[in-house]
Amino acid sequence: MNWGWILQMAWRDSRHSRRRLILYMSSIVMGVAALVSVRSFSDNLLHSVEQQAKILLGADLAIRSNSPFDPEDEAFLQSIGGIQARQVSFSSMALFPTQQATRLVQVRALRGEFPFYGEFETEPASAARDFQSGKLALVDNILMLQYGVEVGDPIKIGNVTFEIKGRLLQIPGESVAFSEFAPRIYIPETFVEETGLVQLGSRVRFHAFFKLPVDFDADKLVEATDEERERLELSADTVSERKERFERQLNNLDRFLSLVGFIALVLGGIGVASSIHLYIRQRMETVAVLRCVGARPYASFAIYLVQAGLMGILGALGGALIGIGIQRLIPLILGNLIPLEIEQAVSWGAVGQGVLVGLGTALLFALIPLLPVRRISPLLTLRSDYENATGGKRDLLVIVAFGLVGLALLGFSLAYSSRWQVGLGFFVGLVVTLGLLTALAKVTMVITRRYFPSGWQYVWRQGLANLYRPHNQTVVLMLAVGLGAFFILTLYLTQVSLLDEVSSFGEEGRPNLIFFDIQTPQKDELRQIVDSMDMEVLQEVPIVTMRLASVKGIGVDELREDESYGGRRWALRREYRCTYRDELWDSETLLEGTFAGRNDEQIAEVSLEQGIAEDLDVKIGDSLTFDILGIPLEARVGSIRAVEWRNFQTNFFIVFPTGFLEEAPQFHVFVSRADTPEKSAALQRAAIQRFPNVSAVDLSLVIDTIDSILEKLTFVIRFMALFSIITGFVVLTGAIVSGRYQRMKECILLRTLGASRPQIRRILLIEYLFLGIFASITGIVLSLVASWAIVYFVFDAVFIPEFMAVVVVLGAVVFLTIAIGMSNSRGLLEHPPLEVLRAED
Amino acid sequence: MMNADMNAEPMRRTILTAANLTKAYKSGERELTVLKDVTFEIEEGSSCAVVGPSGSGKTTLLGLCAGLDRASSGTVSLVGEDLSPLSEEELAELRNRYVGFVFQSFQLIPTLTAIENVMVPAELRGETRVHRRAKELLEKVGLSDRLHHYPTQLSGGEQQRVALARAFVNKPRILFADEPTGNLDAETSDTVEKLLFDLNHESGTTLVLVTHNLELAEKTDRIISLRGGMVVSDRLTESRSLVSQ
Ligand SMILES: Nc1ncnc2c1ncn2[C@@H]1O[C@H](COP(=O)(O)OP(=O)(O)O)[C@@H](O)[C@H]1O
Ligand SMILES: [Mg+2]
Repeated sequence: MNWGWILQMAWRDSRHSRRRLILYMSSIVMGVAALVSVRSFSDNLLHSVEQQAKILLGADLAIRSNSPFDPEDEAFLQSIGGIQARQVSFSSMALFPTQQATRLVQVRALRGEFPFYGEFETEPASAARDFQSGKLALVDNILMLQYGVEVGDPIKIGNVTFEIKGRLLQIPGESVAFSEFAPRIYIPETFVEETGLVQLGSRVRFHAFFKLPVDFDADKLVEATDEERERLELSADTVSERKERFERQLNNLDRFLSLVGFIALVLGGIGVASSIHLYIRQRMETVAVLRCVGARPYASFAIYLVQAGLMGILGALGGALIGIGIQRLIPLILGNLIPLEIEQAVSWGAVGQGVLVGLGTALLFALIPLLPVRRISPLLTLRSDYENATGGKRDLLVIVAFGLVGLALLGFSLAYSSRWQVGLGFFVGLVVTLGLLTALAKVTMVITRRYFPSGWQYVWRQGLANLYRPHNQTVVLMLAVGLGAFFILTLYLTQVSLLDEVSSFGEEGRPNLIFFDIQTPQKDELRQIVDSMDMEVLQEVPIVTMRLASVKGIGVDELREDESYGGRRWALRREYRCTYRDELWDSETLLEGTFAGRNDEQIAEVSLEQGIAEDLDVKIGDSLTFDILGIPLEARVGSIRAVEWRNFQTNFFIVFPTGFLEEAPQFHVFVSRADTPEKSAALQRAAIQRFPNVSAVDLSLVIDTIDSILEKLTFVIRFMALFSIITGFVVLTGAIVSGRYQRMKECILLRTLGASRPQIRRILLIEYLFLGIFASITGIVLSLVASWAIVYFVFDAVFIPEFMAVVVVLGAVVFLTIAIGMSNSRGLLEHPPLEVLRAED
Repeated sequence: MMNADMNAEPMRRTILTAANLTKAYKSGERELTVLKDVTFEIEEGSSCAVVGPSGSGKTTLLGLCAGLDRASSGTVSLVGEDLSPLSEEELAELRNRYVGFVFQSFQLIPTLTAIENVMVPAELRGETRVHRRAKELLEKVGLSDRLHHYPTQLSGGEQQRVALARAFVNKPRILFADEPTGNLDAETSDTVEKLLFDLNHESGTTLVLVTHNLELAEKTDRIISLRGGMVVSDRLTESRSLVSQ
């Protein structure tokens, strides 16, 4: 093939359309920008991790136990050597006497110079080291702001009142974002005893941190002491393990964000295909002439492929540039989720990858409308019956091109998912969503056309008719713009529905306050306190902590090694917090077997929640052996039940009948209700002052927490969705620009027929009004369905179709569509018809 | 009787042969036969007009002869090559090498300037120094001051003159013209006609001209008349008779 000529023709032929071509290809800009920014950001983050890995752990080695280090443990720890620090951590209520407020917090009692790497960031800065010198505490800044607490104020933990020495701004290796859920408080380890909070049965973690000589291989030590640690029940964490875990999490985040960003690229690809289709339509006669004078079929195709390719490269490079810019925003978007300082550098790997994926997408999508160019007949020069111009038979290559697009999408989805199921799910979801949007768009168009009242004013009918002109791109536009509406609204409605669900827990008469960690001797007095404040204990639930010793007669250690075991390994290791009672609750439904409220046999017939039964791979009649602080207890699966996790109450995987656990070490949970926040605060205060070991959680705290999690999540997704939304409007602009000539001819014709400028302007306005309404209706309908499905099926909650949100989205989409459309039609009416016709191509 | 006339000059080589050409279009169930059993030969260097009322199949015939379309049955052989077994690629190359075109609707490429339009067929061959030849041709058709204008900036007559220059830039052995003056007013038509015949004589190109303008047809050597897709007459014109005597 004569490439010199092809390049020259491509160049010459594009002379008048370059701006348009660039606009077409800029559909992929935001998609590429999304990919480049996410990837570049995570590359930088990985680089930072490489350099600051030790900060993640704060030490070279951490050893953890669930019980206090005994002399044997201590001997082991001392044998490791190095510089050591100790930490005891547990959840507890903190009381701010000045503010008369209580709050569940994460207490960490520290002894030694920890962290060895990185530093606590505090205010005043000196507090980071000083707090260990007395009854002093460091308190999470967010908590202090929440309760209006100042440095110097007292804070009471258990039986001890500390003075707040400093605000805790940043803990190395931990992200600030989570401090809202469990605000952290550091106290000196010396006072743990005195708080009275560390007792048998309460959940306390004991850590030893090590700073080891430079040439010390902590990983090797961990491996070498595997058996000894197993015997001592000590688990270990090293820098490289922590780093690996962090990298894995980061990788998941990176992939997730890339997938969301990829949607923008696919949408851009659809935009490219659609506008190239129009572009080629205007080039058919040119191609026919070229074929007549001797250009070969593939040469004429190559001319336009070259144009598309060059523009694709420009688009992708532009996207990469924007991506590099946006990358700087991502740390702000992810807020304080990232516990490291990130340096900003351009990742050329990310740029290369983004440009390649972008260009590939653009070209693959462009192939679909470009391939028919091969088949444009030279006969078109003699007569212009366009319908037969590209040969009647089905073009195999176009089908292949569609297949390639599909394969590429699938390939990308798989490559960016941690598991193939997720990738396949994403792919199917994407295709189904796009397919449904297209179908909805088509249906909307057909229905509107059929039922539009013919009695309406001419300008209305004309404006609407404009959307149905031959070779219109209306459906693609509805898809592009509708997807944006779909995205935003689905995120919002899902969030609202979930929040509403959680809030509804607190409706009249339903529990909204839970006390836990109540010891058996404290039960009666606490009940009296509740009663004395005109509230009541709605439910009293005993909790016994245990582990599994064997399943179906096989020891869990053995089972964990067993390849053929069909359950999940974590289910074997976890700690089970079980209860016992003689009946099922309203929120529980029996699925299989019977629940014996009381059985006097030797073996307890327990009831398993269906999910955990699956995870353990057990059926009715299978035997389980539990270990309660060293004492074995035989049980058998007597029933399987479904649990509705929709109440503010404690739910259990495993329920025992009465008659087995009454004498086991246990603590209790009270479920209660306070009608006002003031009453709730007062009751909590009273309870905690009397029994400092008891903790309380009220519903508003849970709601705040969930709200905050959802807010963070949806904010990140919304940010990534923004790329798709912008792409939608770029596609819209591209289509409006390429339809400009057509529209102009119509305008001129109308003017010739005597239409006034305001009339023509109104027709255009109405056209965009309809387009905007169509697009948003398409997006809104699908989003209502999707968010209903998500809320109902995934979260098992009640869907709230918030009317105002729908109206706002509708208004915004219509407004933007009209604004873009009208600003593009500006020149149309200003110039004399002939001049306009000649100047454009 | 007509055959006798043609046999009178056995020395001339044949450049175009149509044998039993039939073209039918399927429209739904029905089949519409547009050309039926058309047979003729055209000598190299001669000029020939195809006439007939609108819809009689002139354009269809031209398309078949020039290798733009394929016949339902029958054969076309152009410059000694049977067209039917040739692929689209080979047809394209053959057209580029031997064939020139002039169309009723000019068919200039709107995105190229006048001179670029003229250069296209030559450049397609891989020739590089075509600018001068193109410029000379445009001068010949009287457009030396319009080289860098785009088609939309030219009048109909000017566009057709550019098309003429383009048709001759590769020195074709045969030129097909489909109603070349059909879209022009009388005065402009005269100029274009004159240029067409001048260039034709000058380069010795065979000319196949489709027209319903009998006056124009009479200026060629031979007139083939079509009606309803069939040849109803095939005769030499006076101008030809004069030359051969
Ligand atoms: N693609 C086609 N499909 C069906 N009929 C066609 C097609 N192209 C041309 N025809 C028919 O063939 C007949 C001859 O057309 P044409 O060759 O253009 O005639 P002329 O050039 O003599 O006016 C016409 O009746 C026309 O309608
Ligand atoms: Mg015709």
